[in-house]
Amino acid sequence: MLENFSFRTIVEYLPLFGQGLVTTVWLSALSFVGALVVGIVLCAMNLQRGWLFRAPAKAYIDAVRATPLLAQLYFLYFGLPRLGFVLPELVVGILALSLNSGAYIAEIIRAGILSIPRGQVEASVASGMTYVQRMRLVVLPQAFKVTIPPLLGQAIVLVKDSALLSLISVAELTRAGQLLASDRFMPAEGFVTIAAFYLLLYYCLKGLAVVSSRWLGSAGARA
Amino acid sequence: MIWQQFLSLAGSYPLALRGLGMTVVLSLISLVLGTLLGFGLGILRTGGNRLISSVIGAWVDLIRGTPFLVQIFLIFFILPEFGIELDAFTAGIIALTNLAACFICEIVAAGIRSVPTGQVEAALASGLSRWQRMRQVVLPQAMRIVLPPLVGQYVLLIKDSSVVSAIGLTDLTRVGWLVVQRVPNGLLVFFLVGVGYFIVCYPLIMLARRLERRMGAAHGEVQL
Repeated sequence: MLENFSFRTIVEYLPLFGQGLVTTVWLSALSFVGALVVGIVLCAMNLQRGWLFRAPAKAYIDAVRATPLLAQLYFLYFGLPRLGFVLPELVVGILALSLNSGAYIAEIIRAGILSIPRGQVEASVASGMTYVQRMRLVVLPQAFKVTIPPLLGQAIVLVKDSALLSLISVAELTRAGQLLASDRFMPAEGFVTIAAFYLLLYYCLKGLAVVSSRWLGSAGARA
Repeated sequence: MIWQQFLSLAGSYPLALRGLGMTVVLSLISLVLGTLLGFGLGILRTGGNRLISSVIGAWVDLIRGTPFLVQIFLIFFILPEFGIELDAFTAGIIALTNLAACFICEIVAAGIRSVPTGQVEAALASGLSRWQRMRQVVLPQAMRIVLPPLVGQYVLLIKDSSVVSAIGLTDLTRVGWLVVQRVPNGLLVFFLVGVGYFIVCYPLIMLARRLERRMGAAHGEVQL
């Protein structure tokens, strides 16, 4: 049983956990920004009429969605050096997370844009708006509202996925737990603590999702 | 050069097949168990008992809020401290089943909530028992909402099963990891691993899309 659960060791290792938490937060944030860029580019390609841009974007999205992140991570981790790119584990991790989440974000944005009724686009064409005006003034402001909640959902997934980077020995939160588990042979202390930290991040993002949906909901009511 | 590596990779195809088999078996067992458990939990969650409902809700939040890797470590390393000795395979099955059950519970609960209350009231007025009401009135209508995300969840489950390689189960991802130590061509090895997963997952993704379209269309039909 866990009668010798050592809170003292947890406190002793708290600086390590703190560092891990900070690393997890900023590397997730950076990956999320990267994923947004990848997602927007993919989505733009996917919405073109010609197959020249559409086909590669579709193939990429399907390939990412049908394979596990861990395999993609190893693909980059073991594969990039082969191509002559010897990058630090952290960079490989951020790259993998961005490329992976980007595919999902592309679909989220696409769903948002396609949710705008066709009549609105036709009306703005009839009012003589250019493509950029149409996008900026009509489509994107409305699509934005629809995409924020699923984007936050994707952010939650990304934070959880970042735990896999511990397997290529990036010093993030899960790695801190593994260190405590192996140094002191205290897996319970290590993994329960990091689970608590992840829950903290989860509830923060979930709270943000609730607040934003309320805010967007009221914005919608006003419009 | 590439050809030589292909040849040396060809030697490890029995290992790859075993890995693929392990991935499929792991996913299949936890898919069946997780679906049964998930439907049970989902029905209980919407069953009207506040206490049961909030306990399930809290558990689901706990599982959705933590990385699957951490859950596997917790099950594999901590259950033995309670006197439950687990091998990696059982630990993997438990972790995957639990994960699937939690997500499916929420999907089923959402489906059940989408059935208009008038339907339940009518069933009640017709004197149907609790079980009859659920089986003959509520669930058939809820399935329309439940089915597309359920299939999507199966895809996630197969992909998540790759994480159990971290506790040493020789699934497809682990096989790739083992092979790459011997044949140092990560691009080729993990491309092939990816192909393995793609073969299993892609048909399911297509199925989910088709169901989504069909169920969406069914939703637009005239409803009595």
